[in-house]
Amino acid sequence: MRRRDLQLDAQGRLRHLLTIEGLKRQQIVDILDTAESFIGVGDQPVRKIPLLRGKTVVNLFFEASTRTLTTFELAAKRLSADVLKININTSATVKGESLLDMLRNLEAMHCDMFVVRHGDSGAAHLIAQHVAPHISVVNAGDGRHAHPTQALLDMFTIRQQKGEFAPLTVAIVGDILHSRVARSQIHALTTLGVSELRVVAPKTLLPDAVQGLGVHVFHDLREGLRDADVVIMLRLQKERMQGAMLPSEHEYFQTFGLTEDSLAVARDDAIVMHPGPINRGVEISSEVADGPRSVILQQVSNGIAVRMAVMSMVLGRAPVDGEAG
Amino acid sequence: MKLSILNGRVIDPANGVDRVADLFVVKGRIAALGTAPDGFVADRSIDASGQLVCPGLVDLRARLREPGQENTATIASETRAAAAGGITTLVSPPDTDPVVDNPAVVDLIRHRAAQAGFARVMSLGALTQGLAGKTLAEMHALKTAGCVGVGNGQRAVSNTEVMRRAMEYAATQGLPVFLHAEDPWLAEGGCAHEGAVSVRLGLPGIPEAAETIAVARDLQLIEQTGVRAHFCGLSSVRAVQMIARARFDGLPVTADVAAHQLFLTDMDIGYFDSQCHVRPPLRSQRDRDGLRQALADGSIDAICSDHQPHDTDAKLAPFPASEPGISALETLLPLTLRLVDEGVLGLSEAIARLTSGPAQIIGRDAGLAVGEIADVCIVDPEQYHELSAATMVSHGHNSPFLGWEFKGRVTHTLLGGRETFCVDKPIQPLT
Repeated sequence: MRRRDLQLDAQGRLRHLLTIEGLKRQQIVDILDTAESFIGVGDQPVRKIPLLRGKTVVNLFFEASTRTLTTFELAAKRLSADVLKININTSATVKGESLLDMLRNLEAMHCDMFVVRHGDSGAAHLIAQHVAPHISVVNAGDGRHAHPTQALLDMFTIRQQKGEFAPLTVAIVGDILHSRVARSQIHALTTLGVSELRVVAPKTLLPDAVQGLGVHVFHDLREGLRDADVVIMLRLQKERMQGAMLPSEHEYFQTFGLTEDSLAVARDDAIVMHPGPINRGVEISSEVADGPRSVILQQVSNGIAVRMAVMSMVLGRAPVDGEAG
Repeated sequence: MKLSILNGRVIDPANGVDRVADLFVVKGRIAALGTAPDGFVADRSIDASGQLVCPGLVDLRARLREPGQENTATIASETRAAAAGGITTLVSPPDTDPVVDNPAVVDLIRHRAAQAGFARVMSLGALTQGLAGKTLAEMHALKTAGCVGVGNGQRAVSNTEVMRRAMEYAATQGLPVFLHAEDPWLAEGGCAHEGAVSVRLGLPGIPEAAETIAVARDLQLIEQTGVRAHFCGLSSVRAVQMIARARFDGLPVTADVAAHQLFLTDMDIGYFDSQCHVRPPLRSQRDRDGLRQALADGSIDAICSDHQPHDTDAKLAPFPASEPGISALETLLPLTLRLVDEGVLGLSEAIARLTSGPAQIIGRDAGLAVGEIADVCIVDPEQYHELSAATMVSHGHNSPFLGWEFKGRVTHTLLGGRETFCVDKPIQPLT
């Protein structure tokens, strides 16, 4: 029994944003276009537009976050929404239980949107299944599963820098196994139709079955980066050295760390991206991270416009032409 | 009390019977098949025209949640559900709280089951004390108390030396060892089959090798120790093939599969359906088809429910944090009959996998020969019904099969000649 796509309403419009998987190309393009219209808002003397005035957005973060939480908050405020921030330290409560308990409490309040981050894959889907019909859920990262707004802001940045997706060769480098960012990027890039999508990592961080997602697998950094237009580096968690995933940060940097030297095989105009926070000297050298090809800070500032777009669209309040500017 | 069951199609695989005949029960035992015994006057008769009359089903693995989790379910509530599913004998794993590592717990379970009166409950004893995998349980005492075998539940005995000694000691006591083949290191933290679906959903995976490596180790130890062993709830076709090969080589091993593994695959998880969170995990379609094949060719001896009732909240969590398991007593027979409809098994073979097959593994009879205890299940093979939470008898309503329409429904269950379920009567209240 296949259920209707949870994140779309009966008319096929976005009602929640839980994952990139299942979105049509045009839906992604619409989000990027809407974000484009918001890009100037931060430069105006009054950095607010009244699209979500009277709406209440709850940031429900079961996992620590700085940038994602902050940009969601900024995005909501620029749309004139009221913002409530709830940080739940998962170590202090029993996993899972706290999620539903919290949800039942919040349902009793009059909220319009939950922005959810949780350490377990599927948490955002679970919440979306159980919220009242008028509430929208935006996934701000669930376990290893998805981080759709991050992928969207990455797509926005790529489009900003490169224009078209079709001719691009994109390499995603690093801990694919544990990365919700990588999963969402893969769905976005395959849906937008890049020429070639590569994933590059040692076998311990790259499950064989990932090929089923439509990517080419590389276990050698230089081969994977050859003639790439876009290089996306993933953050390497320190825990990977405690499990039997990797021997040391040093050896990882030697073999899969992005340096000016390894980047030399990519195209001259290749851009370098990273969802942050960066581990300098682990997955990327400072030279590259701060270098001319890095667009890492653009990614962060684009995050606000993209999240404004997503929030206004799921609440059915996308701007008409001219309204945002 | 004299009872006649008239005009049913009697299917008794243990005795090679499959024909329309009358069955006569006197004082809780089978008195005759075909012709009534001399001077027989029925106190009650059941018209079984068009129905199947089978031995009561034997379920090799059902968690009843008592002792330990009576807030979720009890021996009374779950044996009543068993009766509604045509089951008359079930085997309770040792991982209760307290663990079945001493005779007192065995007695408690038997006593509670007898009090409730819906089904016979056999206990498996613990292989190691507290299931801790360190020291041997008092298997002689457990056997004397009535345990039909020993096992370590789903807690792996990771120390191979302990496993070897436990098998040797069980062999000394003449007890079969029930094995859950799962390498604890490879399975740690996992909640779904490691494959395309787990990668797509970002669910921590349990590789097939977690099962095959454990099976390989245990087969070596079985060969060395000579213990009779039973592999519980296999999920992968490779593991089944390894066991079939070992059997061919003469090793005393048997195997069962949980009914849900014959129908569902990791694809059924869809977008994180926690009702499909089971352990071992649902694997690939290739595995499901291989398990069906092994069931048909006899490499798998029994189908069990692997019943694990939960309260609602246990499944209302993100997939990895939800509790694994299905409330399955009431779908064991309907799913097995569906295998017949889908051409996997003949009807008599299917009934054998639910009666004589599992009974043999625990050293019991499950047949309708004259003199046997009259544990009987009567099924209307043409009756359709939909599984719904509202009508489930088990206190656990956690099932991925809710909303499925099944053909074939239990109409009567008899335990020692006494009716424990009748489809036309309201479910008996718990006392």
